[in-house]
Amino acid sequence: MISNTVVLSDSQTLLCIVALLIAPLSCAGLALMNSGLGRARSAAHTMTAGMCVIAVAACVYVVCGRSWQGFAGEASRTIVIGGKPWNWIGAARPFFAGLPFDGSPALLAAWMGIVGAALAGLIPLGSGSERWRLAAVCLSTAVLAGWTFPLFAHWAWGGGWLAQLGVNYGLGIGYVDAGGSGTIHVAGGLTALSLAWLLGPRRGKFGYDGMPMAIPGHNAVYVLFGCFVALVGWTGLNAAGALLFAGVQPGRLALIAVNTILGAASAGLGAAAITRVRFGKPDSSLTANGWVGGLVAVSATCAFLPPAAAILIGLVAGALVALCVELFELHLDIDDPGGSVSVHAVAGIWGLLAGGALGRFPGGGEGQFLAQAIGVATLIGFVLPMTYVVNLLLNRFVGLRIGPDAERQGMDLAELGAGAYPEFVTHTDDFMQR
Amino acid sequence: MAASPKRPDPLKSLGFLLLVTGWILVLSAVVLLKQGAARGGFVFSGIAVEALGLVLAVRSHIATKPERH
Repeated sequence: MISNTVVLSDSQTLLCIVALLIAPLSCAGLALMNSGLGRARSAAHTMTAGMCVIAVAACVYVVCGRSWQGFAGEASRTIVIGGKPWNWIGAARPFFAGLPFDGSPALLAAWMGIVGAALAGLIPLGSGSERWRLAAVCLSTAVLAGWTFPLFAHWAWGGGWLAQLGVNYGLGIGYVDAGGSGTIHVAGGLTALSLAWLLGPRRGKFGYDGMPMAIPGHNAVYVLFGCFVALVGWTGLNAAGALLFAGVQPGRLALIAVNTILGAASAGLGAAAITRVRFGKPDSSLTANGWVGGLVAVSATCAFLPPAAAILIGLVAGALVALCVELFELHLDIDDPGGSVSVHAVAGIWGLLAGGALGRFPGGGEGQFLAQAIGVATLIGFVLPMTYVVNLLLNRFVGLRIGPDAERQGMDLAELGAGAYPEFVTHTDDFMQR
Repeated sequence: MAASPKRPDPLKSLGFLLLVTGWILVLSAVVLLKQGAARGGFVFSGIAVEALGLVLAVRSHIATKPERH
């Protein structure tokens, strides 16, 4: 076991608690965005699925997820390779047993783990919305929150081998992902990609000629309001993560908040500019996606970025999100109604790498970029295949997708028995070629 | 379009195999090579293998996507 215990002062503990109290707003923002980007006939289903995701993620994480994640300095499984310890999984007891309920860093990290697992679980909802069965959503979330997320979280946040790359191999201060760009967002985004592949596109998304049809979201106000709510939650998440997993002093929290705002702002502007150039007018849903992409990108290293670097990272993230949404839909046939793959996976990977190159880390940061690259390689080379196989098995044995008649009817009526807007006229497949 | 999604797709399997292989290359570079250009080179070679695997996985899903409506 690697002994690198984390100690927080009273002021750090208090600030961490305040940050964690507002962090769930990131989940609220994402749920609002997912709902607004889908059609009206599936709006209640998307919000209900979001609630179920948070519920399942919280319970499963407490039952077993936290055991795998652990915390730096706690019991863990370690193997020795080449004379160096590789701490690969936590060995804490299930149901939070043995966790001191006294405001200790381990308890705060477990609290953040619940929020992180819920947020990671909400990400695939964006790509699978309007065709993903509620029961399958719950099962897939259980695996994500109970295994995939905690395992990578142990490596990055729990004193695992990625966090120890600095100590063991001289790579900067080890893999840095304080706000969860990789742990939460890339892991969730790659799960979203797996589900988009396994579920296939929505009925009517692609015409008989193979061209994608535009299926606009039903409520742009939900989407944009979700962005504002997410900004508040993200600030809390980044602040708590930096205190718990990067060991920053309370004075740094102002920089973290500034960088979080700058990342979102510049990414929103970047996406608006790109869509203005591409389509003649700024696109509100892509601008909103860009905004969240900026939040995702700066999360990893926001405690170590100069504000100018946060602006650059956000600007590029916003442009990348806008371009990738179009690329995935037009050329790769990926139907991702919420833009989850672009916003969370692509922007997260960009943020991890750019943060490693542009951040100012303690000790000079030599080898930091390589540590971040190893983290990205682990997400793509290990997490993506694992999450794909898990969901492939779920699809084989449980079935992920709703039937064609139910899909035509809309998820609200088919799975919940009532629509979100009962006074509205229910449309059939408006966008289907006739 | 559209080979049947039920049929085993070697392109998809190869893509995912390359993803894992690239990751193992990255881990091997970290363990076996001392700090310096060689380690960095091998890490990025591993990432390049992963990128190739990702391209194959994406291509295979374009080829085997479910029938369009």
